[in-house]
Amino acid sequence: MTDATTNRHVPDRLHSRAHRTLRSWETLLLAVAIAIFIVNSFASPYFLNAWNLSDATFNFTEKAMIAFAMALLIIAGEIDLSVASIIALASTAMGLAVQYGAGTPELVIIGLTVGVLCGAFNAFFVTVLGLPSIVVTIGTMSLFRGISFIILGDDAFRGYPSSFAWFGQGYIYWVFTVEMLLFVIIAVIYGGLLHKTNFGRAVYAIGNNPTGALFSGIRVQRVKFILFLLTGLMSGVAAICLTSRLGSTRPSIATGMELEVVTMVVLGGVNILGGSGSIPGVVIAAFVMGLVTFGLGLLNVPGIVMSIFIGLLLIGVIALPRLLAMIVARTQS
Amino acid sequence: MTLSRFIPVRETILAAAIGVLLAVVASRFAGFIAPSNLANVFNDTAPLIILALGQMVVILTRCIDLSVAANLALTGMAVAMINVAMPGLPIPIIIAIAISLGAVMGAINGVLVWKLSIPPIVVTLGTMTIFRGIIFLISDGKWVNSHEMSPAFTGVPRAEFLGLPVLSWVAIITVVIFGIMMARTQLGRSIFAVGGNPHAAVYTGIDVGKTQFLAFVISGALAGLTGYLWVARYAVAYVDIAGGFELEVVAACVIGGISIAGGIGSVGGAVLGAIFLGVVKNALPVVNISPFWQLAISGSAILIAVAFNAQSGRKKGRIILKDAEVRS
Repeated sequence: MTDATTNRHVPDRLHSRAHRTLRSWETLLLAVAIAIFIVNSFASPYFLNAWNLSDATFNFTEKAMIAFAMALLIIAGEIDLSVASIIALASTAMGLAVQYGAGTPELVIIGLTVGVLCGAFNAFFVTVLGLPSIVVTIGTMSLFRGISFIILGDDAFRGYPSSFAWFGQGYIYWVFTVEMLLFVIIAVIYGGLLHKTNFGRAVYAIGNNPTGALFSGIRVQRVKFILFLLTGLMSGVAAICLTSRLGSTRPSIATGMELEVVTMVVLGGVNILGGSGSIPGVVIAAFVMGLVTFGLGLLNVPGIVMSIFIGLLLIGVIALPRLLAMIVARTQS
Repeated sequence: MTLSRFIPVRETILAAAIGVLLAVVASRFAGFIAPSNLANVFNDTAPLIILALGQMVVILTRCIDLSVAANLALTGMAVAMINVAMPGLPIPIIIAIAISLGAVMGAINGVLVWKLSIPPIVVTLGTMTIFRGIIFLISDGKWVNSHEMSPAFTGVPRAEFLGLPVLSWVAIITVVIFGIMMARTQLGRSIFAVGGNPHAAVYTGIDVGKTQFLAFVISGALAGLTGYLWVARYAVAYVDIAGGFELEVVAACVIGGISIAGGIGSVGGAVLGAIFLGVVKNALPVVNISPFWQLAISGSAILIAVAFNAQSGRKKGRIILKDAEVRS
């Protein structure tokens, strides 16, 4: 939608500058994370406390799990706006199973299965019917959460088995939570998948040039199908963690989380138009967002005001490099 | 070329679907299709019709505006608070403020898309949360209730004129203006051109970015106008009014056959899409289905409509200069 309007400059110099900013993006982000950490530790006396910091990680671990899969999806040029609704549906399914006496293992299986099925549903519309993923996932965003509303109405499911609480409330050792461990494992898996495998190279290729990727022998639709399945699966994992942490399910669970996940991915340096980005970037972005929301929380800033910061972050992160590039282009000409 | 070019197929199918829906509901509860009830349904759907037309213009230029509901809520809260602070302020000025405020918010979206080439979905997802957050900041999370508003403020949308409430008339006038604008003005034709083929649009002298900017301003202005009408009609303003309504607006457009890829769509389609959703919403309680079904139904309607549009759109593709295509 922008290709017709962007001015065509002499590519050489601009590209090298853009490349440099891209290459240093993770470093810049890390510097920001450290700066926020230092500012926070001066702003509030309660910040530098191992248990408080441990609690703060809940702000981002569940979102980050989805963000890793979403990063791959966005790099491949698609998007999934239904992730928060998949959480709602998976959580509702688990809550429903509890009413029929399901134990913890069954609940985990149900949560993951519902996530994968929702991902497959999205994937079917996008890859088999060839529809744009934005509209499909806006549709399934209403549909999945809508099914939760049909099942639950304004009720809530409670009574999860006590062993189920381990995922969202358990500790591995001292202040290290189960969710942190999951976060690290998933980050390593997705980092390896994107940066070390043929599959990862295919994801980049598809994002840069789907037609070119097809002609170089990549099964474009199959890769996209798998990416939607992975995003669904991660939403299922996040649903298990969130449900276990809250101990109850309402149909409005995780409302608006898709926005925070997309913000995290974009903040991590993933190009929203596809083709570039990295998992380490998303990891640092997760810490930045976690630290910001935790710091603001300690300063008694209400949640809805924090969402203003998230919105500004999302737009600012994309707008700033473009503004800088425009200024650079203007001073050079 | 053929006859099918002159009969708007999609609109006919949609109108038939609405007819079938009305017939099914009427078989259970005949009173539903009484003229007075249909007028109520139309009045209830009026905000959706107005917003769907604004959204249509944005989608036609290959963009999307997810901030309309937040824009509506922020404008509504702002004019409600102005009314509480200055009860004597005439309503036309309130309406002018609402439209301008909405247009400014639309312009913010538009500038980010036009000047910085940020994808519209990202821009409007961001401004959606920012606008909602600002409502909390200006209102301190408090409600503005009906007894605080002046009777003139709440009276306008409900005032009757020729048997219909003003709210319905605003929707009808908006439809007429859009019908003329899309078919008869330079702006309307450029909107189609920009969405249909941006490259060709540039060569015919149309500024693509500026047209997209204007589309966002139109959508924002209508959201602002609806913000006043909404708050005045329900006589209450709070942070979460019209929460999630942006999805219903997009759903109305998609159901109305407006292609998300831009360039294809009609005023009639958008209006029928909105009316379809309005009839479903009003029919659910009548046929004893819980209103909690509403969300899932609009989600399914989006999916079915977009799949249907893609199927019918594919047939339309035709190759000009077939020989050249084969030879190359």
